[in-house]
Amino acid sequence: MTAQANATDVSISRITQRFEDLKAEGRSALVTFVTAGDPDPETSQAILDGLPAAGADIIELGMPFTDPMADGPAIQKGAQRALKAGQNQRKTLEMVRRFRAHDQDTPIVLMGYYNPIYRYGVEAFLNDAAEAGIDGLIVVDLPPEHDGELCLPAAEKGLNFIRLATPTTDDARLPKVLENTSGFLYYVSVAGVTGAGSASSEAVEKAVERLKLHSTLPVAVGFGIKTPEHAAMVARSADAVVVGSALVNTIEQAESPQAAIEGVHSLTHALAQGVRTARQAG
Amino acid sequence: MTALSALPDPQGFFGDFGGQFVAETLMPLILELQGCYEAAKDDPAFREELAYFQRDYVGRPSPLYFAERLTEHFGGAKIYFKREELNHTGAHKINNCIGQILLAKRMGKNRIIAETGAGMHGVATATVAARFGMKCVVYMGATDIDRQQANVFRMRLLGAEVIPVESGMGTLKDAMNEALRDWVTNVDDTFYIIGTVAGPHPYPAMVRDFQAVIGHETRDQMLEKEQRLPDSLVACIGGGSNAMGLFHPFLKDESVHMIGVEAGGHGISTGEHAASLNGGEPGVLHGNRTYLLQNVDGQIQDAHSISAGLDYPGIGPEHAYLHSTKRVEYVSITDQEAIDAFQLCCRKEGIIPALETAHALAEIAKRAPELPKDHLMVVNLSGRGDKDMTSVAEYLGDSF
Repeated sequence: MTAQANATDVSISRITQRFEDLKAEGRSALVTFVTAGDPDPETSQAILDGLPAAGADIIELGMPFTDPMADGPAIQKGAQRALKAGQNQRKTLEMVRRFRAHDQDTPIVLMGYYNPIYRYGVEAFLNDAAEAGIDGLIVVDLPPEHDGELCLPAAEKGLNFIRLATPTTDDARLPKVLENTSGFLYYVSVAGVTGAGSASSEAVEKAVERLKLHSTLPVAVGFGIKTPEHAAMVARSADAVVVGSALVNTIEQAESPQAAIEGVHSLTHALAQGVRTARQAG
Repeated sequence: MTALSALPDPQGFFGDFGGQFVAETLMPLILELQGCYEAAKDDPAFREELAYFQRDYVGRPSPLYFAERLTEHFGGAKIYFKREELNHTGAHKINNCIGQILLAKRMGKNRIIAETGAGMHGVATATVAARFGMKCVVYMGATDIDRQQANVFRMRLLGAEVIPVESGMGTLKDAMNEALRDWVTNVDDTFYIIGTVAGPHPYPAMVRDFQAVIGHETRDQMLEKEQRLPDSLVACIGGGSNAMGLFHPFLKDESVHMIGVEAGGHGISTGEHAASLNGGEPGVLHGNRTYLLQNVDGQIQDAHSISAGLDYPGIGPEHAYLHSTKRVEYVSITDQEAIDAFQLCCRKEGIIPALETAHALAEIAKRAPELPKDHLMVVNLSGRGDKDMTSVAEYLGDSF
């Protein structure tokens, strides 16, 4: 890597760079979610390492937590499998270090709940996460009312803090949600837990339009997106499509670790095809 | 120290504890609830309606009863029972449920959800939902359903749907997760009646305010009977609503010593207990920062107690604060000590207490004998034990 490229890397986050590149390509991004350590540390590493080649543009890596209050059964069970197999915060960061040894470009966002970070120690966690090559954080139970806890300290370390906006976030509240958000905005397309029902294409389009009035950040849309067709539909209006529960279900249903790896990668590939052809299909 | 009446602060913090740690989907709902509660609290019409239902439906005021035989038995402090077990539905839980359902009505909500451990909060919620003609869904851990069959049946009789929660250990914390998931999904018509002084702000303050009727009555009744304030107050703590209800109106009275009794299960040193303050660390769960049973990685650990109502790995944030300022003393009682006190209360006073309440009684068994006869001690008789017959029989190796 040249000194000049290095300088560019410092001034712009991997996430922003990725969205700019895809904008130039004229397509939406595929964001895949898997839980770190699910179903076991080795299999999970292999799943993570192969995601970019399978077509993931941005990776959300779940930090397992015993009490995932905003998640549906699929992701709850994924977290339980990971914890049972001995996953913890240190191992999750270590997974990302290993990934970064061979991939310097694909953004990784850690997603989860506040308590494991709080217990690790905010300062120590942010230092270790930045050093491991994490680009952003999504912490479900930290609304903007608590930005002082983690969002602002994370920004100081150069980590994007990505906020969720939901159908219940009205225009009056939206500016507060957006205030310290960076990287992208994650629109939760239905009021509910992960993996539940999904919104219509009109509803998604309308929501994305509304968010764009308030923000120049890329808008990712998730919750309930399971198939390449559905991903393609959302990708027509959204800057990114997030798929989680469907991938995690693939791990649950796999009969062997190898089948889990292949299953996640082949579904990712199919979803990526959907996302890449969405705007060509019109 | 900040004036106690000024707590929580506008963000819902009691010192370092409390807050609104919830997903964005819920934030607008919580802020709406906060606004509505603030308005209702100062509305004379709301207060009058609440007072009416407390008197004619719940049966308040509950008596402050001189437990003469237990006092004689211990030979020390003069023991009074605040008889919350005489309330409609058999525990203090209904004080809060009546308040919250009136608020739900005011907000135009018609579907009520709740979590329950021992089933007392579930029964109280099902009761008020029936009274106000609202649909009611109660989440209850599968383990708790097994040990509290009678209360499950009561809830169903009252028209509530009881949904078993299999995740985790199938106890109170898992039921609370599931209730939060329901709320996130049904944001338009649903009101979540949280049963204790925990959860995101405004719940800890709101539930405290609805339960504070216990302490206010106790103060008046004690002044009438003894012409002075009590010397000590004792109450059991799971999430901590009956204790907070008794303690809060006395916090400014420095002469009043307060003791909160956590469930020690098999003993704190065994790791199998539900004593968040005595055996936990600060963390964030269920919308608030408080003391939690957790491992070094911040994963929440399962609580253990013979009493389903105390089987929760957290505690209300105001208790965490009062622990940090040392205004209240927090101790723990084991399963065995609670069972002993349970039996003693049955035989000496002819009152079958809830297993939760028996933890408070076990603490007075330790303290009362050492105290002078003019020491006035109030224990919150927070619930009756009818629901616990199976658990107690099983523990004693008995059956019926």
